[in-house]
Amino acid sequence: MKEKTVLEMRGISKSFPGVRALQNVDFTLQEGEIHALMGENGAGKSTLIKVLTGVYGKDKGQIFLKGKDEIQIHSPQDAQNNGISTVYQEITLCPNLSVAENMYIGRGKAQITKWRKMNRDANKLLEKLDIPAKASQQLGSCSLAVQQMIAIARAVDMECKVLILDEPTSSLDEGEVQKLFGLMRDLKSQGVGIIFVTHFLDQVYEVCDKITVLRDGQLVGEYEIKDLPRVQLVSKMLGKEMDDMSDIKGEQSAYQKEKDAVPVFEAEGLQSNAGIKPFNFHIDKGEVNGFTGLLGSGRSECVRAIFGADRVINGSVKKNGKKVKIAKPIDAMKNGIAYLPEDRKLDGIVGDLSVRENIILALQVLKGFFRPFSRAQALKFADEYIKLLDIKTASTETPIKSLSGGNQQKVILARWLLANPDYLILDEPTRGIDVGTKVDIQKLVLKLASEGKSITFISSETDEMLRTCSRLVVMRDRKVVGELSGDELTQNNIMTTIAGGDK
Amino acid sequence: MKKKSYANKQILIPLAALAALIIFNLIMDPGFFRITLGTNNAGNPILSGYLITILDYGSELAILAIGMTLVTAASGGQDISVGATIAIAGSVILKVLCGNNTRPDQLQAPIIVAFLVACLVSAVFGAFNGALVAYFKIQPMVATLILFTAGRSIAAWINNNELPIVSDPSFSYFGGLIPGIPIPTPVFIMLICVVVIFLVLKFTNLGLYTQAVGINSSSSRLNGINPTFIKFLSFVILGLCVAVVGLIKVSRLSTINYSVIAKDIEMDAILAVALGGNALSGGKFNMAASVLGAYVIQFLTTTLYKMQVSSDALPAYKAIVVILLVVLSSPVVREGFVKLGKKIKAGSVQKGVA
Repeated sequence: MKEKTVLEMRGISKSFPGVRALQNVDFTLQEGEIHALMGENGAGKSTLIKVLTGVYGKDKGQIFLKGKDEIQIHSPQDAQNNGISTVYQEITLCPNLSVAENMYIGRGKAQITKWRKMNRDANKLLEKLDIPAKASQQLGSCSLAVQQMIAIARAVDMECKVLILDEPTSSLDEGEVQKLFGLMRDLKSQGVGIIFVTHFLDQVYEVCDKITVLRDGQLVGEYEIKDLPRVQLVSKMLGKEMDDMSDIKGEQSAYQKEKDAVPVFEAEGLQSNAGIKPFNFHIDKGEVNGFTGLLGSGRSECVRAIFGADRVINGSVKKNGKKVKIAKPIDAMKNGIAYLPEDRKLDGIVGDLSVRENIILALQVLKGFFRPFSRAQALKFADEYIKLLDIKTASTETPIKSLSGGNQQKVILARWLLANPDYLILDEPTRGIDVGTKVDIQKLVLKLASEGKSITFISSETDEMLRTCSRLVVMRDRKVVGELSGDELTQNNIMTTIAGGDK
Repeated sequence: MKKKSYANKQILIPLAALAALIIFNLIMDPGFFRITLGTNNAGNPILSGYLITILDYGSELAILAIGMTLVTAASGGQDISVGATIAIAGSVILKVLCGNNTRPDQLQAPIIVAFLVACLVSAVFGAFNGALVAYFKIQPMVATLILFTAGRSIAAWINNNELPIVSDPSFSYFGGLIPGIPIPTPVFIMLICVVVIFLVLKFTNLGLYTQAVGINSSSSRLNGINPTFIKFLSFVILGLCVAVVGLIKVSRLSTINYSVIAKDIEMDAILAVALGGNALSGGKFNMAASVLGAYVIQFLTTTLYKMQVSSDALPAYKAIVVILLVVLSSPVVREGFVKLGKKIKAGSVQKGVA
């Protein structure tokens, strides 16, 4: 082990039934370094992290830590005691406890019983990190982004030597990301080694010093950031040269509205109990449009209102020019509307059910309670869509929860494609998904539109929206503040519309 | 193929428990398995033996286990009021059969009418539990605690706290024997129930919906399922199972004892579900395993009686055995066994290398 190396993993292997998740992977982390761990979904990033943090036991290999030589990590507690802290993609705190309790739980009785001291310490730390939350506040009442930052604060406070950030930025907006980066650089200067897992290439090039790339459970290589331009990084992750990213651009401009065509879906003064202002909206046949705005601006709430996922309290909707009533999701589904929800884990997958059952679910519900699909028919559907969307799963009977995030998303997508709607709402379909799959999904969206389907697409990544949508509804503070289409669709215009004050 | 091996794995749990009990009894006294054909007082053929007792009383439990499995899967909780609502169902049957006279010479209504009325009443009580759980989002154990406490009083109130006796011999067929058939009738009633539920699971989406709701009710709703109704429905179905068991119970005695009838049966029914390897926190279920689990529980009870454990001490012994079974089948222990197996393998490989 070299002098400055803080963590070294050698020859790590791990298999699950039917899958070899990691094969002989090496990983080295230096003191005061931000090290990106990159790879597609299912490349083994999460597995490597989970081995390091003791969530999974490794089958083979060794882990060395500075000053300790070889260590055995059998549980997350072990990892924590060894100074390895983790902040996961999905928030793993307890929403029913207070912010301070979340920061100090599991760190010894004295910490959490002296609650006056605990609250004081927590407030001090929150202030230092500029996190807009109070120690005594219930965690569940904070926004998702703030919860994420509290998780990081908790990790930081444990005086860690190795900090693992597993997709910490996927639910943060730009300003919050910058705050987080400031924090990371701060920690770096104190000599903490940071492992940063993300799908945002921009962010990698902004803060990282080194990149380790994994593919199909194997190590591709470790690179200095200056030696690896983006295009090469992407091609290393995918294992092929790629210029799809630029190809896709401009295709959407082919969309032309037919004259006098009745909108596929039209809403007037629609309002739900989720706290959005009434809004008007329409979409035409074959159109791809989107809702954009900062996190929490109400874009998800709008589409949830369209689908009847939240309780609609006002407004009227028309489908193909005919007035319809959509009070609950089944009404929307019967009217040919599909909705891929923002929170895949909470609203999308049915974890313990198989890939097959997850794929047929929506169509099955539409077909009716008394008319189940035969097993053979269901298998046929599942196989067809597994092939069509290139879903990586051991079999049709694998529980969906054991798939990687991107493949879970593809299963949910398959579910709604199978239901064959004519209006498809995709809320953040590319969140937490690797570049290759992102491009696949964008291409699929455009292909579906060219086949005459109408699609509403929501994404936190503006360039992705620009690439796919021909019209954008801009939102701020739970209100529609503008609409951009055609030549107006530029990054700058969106920013100014989002930022612009009320007239 | 994969699915099959998984399903088989789950049914291995009650099968292993059953095997252990069989081996235990073989060692203690092989006479346990003796079945004799004799005639009863009325001159009808009758099979007797411990195994027949298990089949007879296990059938009640199996019928309850069907409903309890669905409730568990959908709501992630259990109904602890089934014993008390069996008392209600039984009381209703007797009330309809006897009318206002507690000892009528002949039936005041056909048995089928009495049974259907009991079904209706039980379904209403099931709906009461279901409404509390599904619409008011009360935890199942707490919601059903109400009827657990009040049910037996309601049962007694239905018959003004009197004990009606049915003298018509045909009423005793349901819990006893049909003349000429030496096998206890509850076994046939159980078979009917099991066939019905398997047909329902095959020809409707009850299984898929129930599991989806139990695993993730939020995403089920976004897929057009009504989770509230599915939870509600599971309690109503359990209500119907309760009515069937109520009929068997009062038929056995031709009368009722409000405070003793079906006492503690809810715990056995819940254990049957657990022994079947189903998670008591809801989600995926295996109906066949639950039904088998019910017979394993009855096998255990009968074995303990055979060992002359007094009925007061019975629950304590049962608890010990159940703790063993449940701990052994828990994921933690199973994972441990898998690891142990791997270690032994790895150890022998390393030795080979050295």
